[in-house]
Amino acid sequence: MAEQFLSIEKIVKSFGGNTVVHGVDLGFGKGEFISLLGPSGCGKTTILRMIAGFERPTAGRIVVEGKDITHLSPNQRKIGMVFQAYALFPNMNVADNIGFGLKVAGIPRDKARARVAEMLALIGLSGFEKRFPFELSGGQQQRVALARALAPRPRMLLLDEPLSALDAKIRVSLREQIRAIQRELGITTIFVTHDQEEALSISDRIVVLNAGKVEQFGTPFEVYNRPASRFVATFVGTLNTLQATVADAAKKTVAIDGQVVTIPALPATARSGETVALTMRPEAIAIANGVPRDIVLDGTVSEVNFLGSVIRLKIDLGANAINLDIFNDQHTPPPAHGTPVRIGIASGDVLVLDG
Amino acid sequence: MKRSRLWAWSLFGIGAAYFLIPLIATFEFSLRMRRGAYSWDAYAAVFADPRFQATFSYSAFIALCTIVVGILLVVPAAYFVRLRLPHLRPIIEFVTLLPLIIPPIILVFGYIRLYNSSSWLPFTGSALATDLLLVFAYATLSLPLMYRAVDTGLRTIDVGTLTEAATILGANQVTILARIILPNILIAVLSGAFLTFAIVMGEFVIASLLSRPAFGPYLQLIGANRAYEPAALAIISFIITWGAMGTIQLLARFAPKTAARID
Amino acid sequence: MSNSPSTANPAAVSAGPVATGPVGGSAAKLFLLPAGLLGVAPFLIFAVMFLIAPTLYLVTAAFVDSAGNITIDNILALSDPQIVSAYDISLRISLASAGIGAAIGLAIALAVIRGGLPPQLRAALMTFSGVASNFAGVPLAFAFLATLGRLGLVTIILRTVFGVDLYRSGFNILSFWGLTITYLYFQIPLMIVIIAPAIDGLRREWSEAAATLGAKPWQFWRYVGLPVLWPNLLGTLSLLFANAFGAIATAYALTGSSLNIVPILLYAQIRGDVLHNPGLGAALALGMIVITAFANVIYLVIRTRAERWLK
Repeated sequence: MAEQFLSIEKIVKSFGGNTVVHGVDLGFGKGEFISLLGPSGCGKTTILRMIAGFERPTAGRIVVEGKDITHLSPNQRKIGMVFQAYALFPNMNVADNIGFGLKVAGIPRDKARARVAEMLALIGLSGFEKRFPFELSGGQQQRVALARALAPRPRMLLLDEPLSALDAKIRVSLREQIRAIQRELGITTIFVTHDQEEALSISDRIVVLNAGKVEQFGTPFEVYNRPASRFVATFVGTLNTLQATVADAAKKTVAIDGQVVTIPALPATARSGETVALTMRPEAIAIANGVPRDIVLDGTVSEVNFLGSVIRLKIDLGANAINLDIFNDQHTPPPAHGTPVRIGIASGDVLVLDG
Repeated sequence: MKRSRLWAWSLFGIGAAYFLIPLIATFEFSLRMRRGAYSWDAYAAVFADPRFQATFSYSAFIALCTIVVGILLVVPAAYFVRLRLPHLRPIIEFVTLLPLIIPPIILVFGYIRLYNSSSWLPFTGSALATDLLLVFAYATLSLPLMYRAVDTGLRTIDVGTLTEAATILGANQVTILARIILPNILIAVLSGAFLTFAIVMGEFVIASLLSRPAFGPYLQLIGANRAYEPAALAIISFIITWGAMGTIQLLARFAPKTAARID
Repeated sequence: MSNSPSTANPAAVSAGPVATGPVGGSAAKLFLLPAGLLGVAPFLIFAVMFLIAPTLYLVTAAFVDSAGNITIDNILALSDPQIVSAYDISLRISLASAGIGAAIGLAIALAVIRGGLPPQLRAALMTFSGVASNFAGVPLAFAFLATLGRLGLVTIILRTVFGVDLYRSGFNILSFWGLTITYLYFQIPLMIVIIAPAIDGLRREWSEAAATLGAKPWQFWRYVGLPVLWPNLLGTLSLLFANAFGAIATAYALTGSSLNIVPILLYAQIRGDVLHNPGLGAALALGMIVITAFANVIYLVIRTRAERWLK
């Protein structure tokens, strides 16, 4: 990447003897929406807090627009931040909360007031100026927190799991709103989350972290469809894993519960008789009627989960079971429990993981 | 960051000095009784004084009575307020705060006027009745501590469910309070009790004005007449207070932290 | 099953009927209400007898003369110079020891809780404060006599090692400042004990949010930290004030009756009617009640105003 707005260079962070971030290297472009995704304890929040300036890296540096900010204190970095638990100042009303950054910067009062009004319009809470935080719902509080972070025109926005304290429905609408505002302002944004669906839906690019190391850095499309590691494959999205035995390594055929199929992606290192794991997304599998797929397997429906627009079926293949999604069709009821079905998989959608 | 920590350390240091120096000085003073050498003479003199033994045991006995009265008053009240009469809570809490606002000397002045030997309830008419009044006075002083300790204890257990469970099993209210609720908040109650003990042992003005032979007036008397014994007594009092508070800290470690509800 | 008589415990009847099954639900509640009142009644009766009635009795006695007629002479008699000066010095000692105690206690609590000091230090401080805040009365006077009295350790060390003669330079443990310094010994720890939970309530995210918005530490404290602590600070301040204003044992043991503060004056009046007017004693007490009540009313008013944002 030629022009980088923010680069994180060989960052290491240890607390006592415990290293939580192991030499992470990342570069983000201006205006990008980046998610740091990983399970709890993967180091994502620590990286975010180092960017904000609350933690000093043990080694490495953080550069913004060509300037090393590693040793700058948080209040000199001009970086906006939104916290998981809102962190609105309880003693100030909405307008004073949003105007806080302007007040401490010494912006004249009338100018600040105009900016606050602009911010309130942006988050759709005009008229809420005089409310106190406790009078607002969680979603409204988080929108105010976003406006407060944006009001002093920071050069970057950090979001630390801002949606995880909210109800499912508000979570979706607020994340859409956050993304829309981010696009409108073109502000570089780093979003920490443990929710892969959230990261996939909202980001330009995703950094998948595990145990303090970067597992993959790419667009949602890449991360979902071409996971770089077994960890990414299993952490992001739902994945079917079938245990298969290599039938003939030369012909690239494997046996799945006795049914022999050809897997072109079978690695050259595979030996006959060895066990391999085949993985595929539920949507890569179809009930084989009409659509020709090169892998065909027979099984019986063992579970039917009606999820609304999608119906998730569990197909028993013997020792293995496979989940697949079909679209709801109001004219055709889903297959009943115990129905024998034939399923088709495009061999190109199958990933082979060893053992 | 380093500078702010230095600042914190020096504040802590000043505070520590302010609180330790008087203790050291008092201890040093208490050892000075024998001319030219440090000795335990002042302590020996104090312990050998029959008035010390008499007033100390008198106050300890009064303290125990106060604790019993306090528990009998506060535990049922706090329990029923929490369980069935939540609308009384503001009144009860206001009442328990009053002893912090009304000075003890005012209370005892009121008692002397209201319950004098010619009144309808002559508490000051006989020694025994006055002892009882002293216990009630101390129970009044201990209300804020007791109530707060018990209420905190009740908050950590699920009073409603425990009561319902016991009721279904056939227990009556007295049984529930004595055998279910009290054991469960015992540690909280004991905290309040030890604090009460520490306060009663040193109390001066009420005992003095009711003319009871308590430890506080004895301390004052020694202070007015002796040089080194008061310092020894101060150290002894400090150890008593420390013992009571230390026991509370110790008890807090055993306090039930399970079943705490989010409220 | 709910109608079968309970043989297990006949006492249940006398102690107030108990719900014996789900059928008895709402009826049982009606029966249980008296049981609840029965539990609270002793507490309330006790409070009336030993807290409210004595106080109200004094309040009314202040307006009655020795012949039993209603009068305001007792109140007017409070303008006696000795009484006025007693109130004056009592107020000054209470205000000084509460104000200084609150400020120092807050600073120490902040330093230990938020200053990045080791957590063991905090545990030690809290335990010690619990002890020291209850170490008042007569023994405290002894301790300070042994420290800052004429023969106290600090007085001697200052004189022999540093050449500073405290008493020649005008200090006296039996004076306004002597008593204030002594009171601080329990006022500061009391402040620490009460304010520590409030400081814990200051969320770390607030100072972090303020920092990302460009605020310097003092700006955080000026606009967020102190305003959030404000109701608690004031509440504790009024408590410290009442604590010092009503305290007598320490002052009496330190100074005998030589220091003219209101509680000592009242004590002397109760013992020997030194003012030669029982009604005047009641008026003196009324003045004390009014002042401590006033301190708490100020607190309540400010707290109510702060309640706009307090949940």
